[in-house]
Amino acid sequence: MKIVVLLKQTFDTEAKISLDAGGRINRQGVNLIINPYDEYAVEEALRLKEKHGGEVTVVSVGEAQVQDALRQALAMGADKAVLVSPDGVEVDEYSTAVILAKAVARQEYDIVLAGWRAIDDGSAQVAARVAEILGLPMVNMVTKLEVNGGRAVATREIEGGVEVVEVPLPAVITAQKGLNEPRYPSMKGIMQAKKKPLEKLGLSDLGLDPAQAAPKVKILQYFLPAARAAGKILPGEPAEAAAALAKALREEAKVI
Amino acid sequence: MSGIWVYAEQRNGQFKKVTLELLSAGRKLADRLQQELCAVLPGKGVAGLAGTLGEYGADKVYVLEADALEHYTTDGYTNAVTALVQEHRPFAFLLGCTVLGRDLAAHVAQRLNTGLFTDCTALELEDGQLVFTRPIYAGKAFVKGVCPEARPVMATVRPNVLSVDPPQAGRTAQVVQVAPQVGEIRQTVKEVVRQESTRPELTEADIIVSGGRGMKGPENFKLLEELADVMGAAVGASRAAVDAGWVPHSMQVGQTGKTVSPVLYIACGISGAIQHLAGMSSSKCIVAINKDPEAPIFKVADYGIVGDLFEVLPVLAQEVKKLKEEG
Repeated sequence: MKIVVLLKQTFDTEAKISLDAGGRINRQGVNLIINPYDEYAVEEALRLKEKHGGEVTVVSVGEAQVQDALRQALAMGADKAVLVSPDGVEVDEYSTAVILAKAVARQEYDIVLAGWRAIDDGSAQVAARVAEILGLPMVNMVTKLEVNGGRAVATREIEGGVEVVEVPLPAVITAQKGLNEPRYPSMKGIMQAKKKPLEKLGLSDLGLDPAQAAPKVKILQYFLPAARAAGKILPGEPAEAAAALAKALREEAKVI
Repeated sequence: MSGIWVYAEQRNGQFKKVTLELLSAGRKLADRLQQELCAVLPGKGVAGLAGTLGEYGADKVYVLEADALEHYTTDGYTNAVTALVQEHRPFAFLLGCTVLGRDLAAHVAQRLNTGLFTDCTALELEDGQLVFTRPIYAGKAFVKGVCPEARPVMATVRPNVLSVDPPQAGRTAQVVQVAPQVGEIRQTVKEVVRQESTRPELTEADIIVSGGRGMKGPENFKLLEELADVMGAAVGASRAAVDAGWVPHSMQVGQTGKTVSPVLYIACGISGAIQHLAGMSSSKCIVAINKDPEAPIFKVADYGIVGDLFEVLPVLAQEVKKLKEEG
C-alpha cells in the first residue's frame, strides 16, 4: 500500500507569539515541531504500512528548515520525503493545496493522510482542497481507521457524537486527536533517517507557474489580542468566597 | 455578483445558534450593500423551517430537498451547494464554523476556486470589501484579511461571537425550491452515534465549567456537571485531564482542542498553560478556582478563588441555584 502524508511544520504549542518589526509573526527563537495532528497522520501511515506492507512518503511545502520535520517523520519510519519550496512566493491555503496536489500527483498512492488542521493558522482547509484538486473522496476528523479491500472505514467526530463512514480508495483521510499515540523515533530510526531520500523541489520542478499558485486571500494586518488584566481574588473561607463569587457573577459581571 | 448568502445549518429541525447569528450579521451587510440576504437550506423534510429564516432576516431561502441529503455527506452537500452558488454567483457566502461548516466550506471554496477565512471572530465592511478577523495560533494572535478578487468571498464564523437580533414575527422570505444536483456520493454513512446530552455544545455554550488536573480523577467531574446543570452550562476540560484519560477529547479546550468564546468560563483546577489559555481567553468573563495562588490562570481571570475546589464547587452550585430561584 502506497501512503502519502501531508505534513506541516508548526510552532510548538507552548510557543509565545509576538510580532516582529514588520508587524508579522516573529519566528525567531521559536521551537518548531511536526504539527501534532500531522504526527497522528504519520503514525497512522506507519501502522497501515506495518499491517499491509508498502511505502510511506511525507510531503511538505515550506522553506529549508522544514527538512527537520521531514527527517523526524523519516526517523519515525517513513520511507521518503518531498519538500517543495514555494520559492519565496507568498502562499495561502489555496496556494499550498495547489502545490501539494501537484507533488502528490507525482507519487503513486492508495491513500493520502493529513492532520485535520494545523495548530498555527488552524484553517483546516488544505487537505480538503487537495482532495478536491485530485478528485478524491475525503473523510475529515477521523479517530479510527480501517483499510481493507480497496475501501476505508473511518470513524469521524461530529458534533455531539461520532459517525462511521466508508469510502473507496484512493481517498484523503484527516486525523483527529485520539486516532493513535504517535511513536518516538528510535536511535536506529534517527540514524537511518539521515540516509533516506529527501527530495527538494521548486515550483518549476512541478511544472507550476507561480501565478497558478497565487493566493486568493490577502492578509492586511497581524495583531495580538489585548492582554487581559488580572481581576480580583475573592478572599475568605471556601464557602464564603463561593457565595461572594455567585453574587459578583450575578450583580457585577451580570453573566448568570 | 450580488447577494449575501448564509448556510442554514440545522439538526432535528433546530437551527444552530450560529445560523441565526449569521442571519443577523448578514442582514446588516445586505442592507448596507443594498443586496439580498439569502439562506441555503439543504436536507430532507426541511422546507417547513424556511419561515424561521425569514423571521430572522432572510429575503430568500433556497430549499434543497432530496432523500440523499437527509444526512450530511461531504460529496452530496458539496455538489448540491456548489451548483447552486455557481448558478447565482453571490458576493459573499458565510457558514458557521461547526464540524459540518468547516468541512463543507473548504470543499466548496476549492470547487469555486475562491479564498476562505476560517473561524472568523469579526467581519466588517470597508470600502465595499469584506474584512475578516480570524485567530491564528488558537487565538494567541489574530489576522485581518480580504479576498480581493475571487468570488464569492467565503468565511466560516465562530459560534457565539456575533449577536442575534430578535426575530420579526410575520416577516417572510421568498421560498425557492430547488432540485439539488446531488451527484455521486462516495461517502457511505454506516452508522451515527450521538450522545444526546441535555447540556449545550461546548462551542455554542454561553457558560462553560471546565476542569483540569486539579480534578484529580474522572469521578470528580460530577461536581462540574452539577454546577453546569444549575447554570445551563457545558462541561469542558484541559489537555491534562484529557491526556490522563479522565474525559474524552471532544471536551478539550485549548490549542489542540476547541477554541471557545462563552460569556462565562469557570476554570476549576486548571493551571492555565499557554495552550489552554489560547483556547478560552476570548471568553467575556473568566473565573479561576485553584489552590495554587501562583497558577497562571489567575493572570487572566476576572474573579479568582484560591482554595480547594472540592469545597468551593458544591457551595457555588448551591449559591447559584439560590440566586436562580430568587429570579
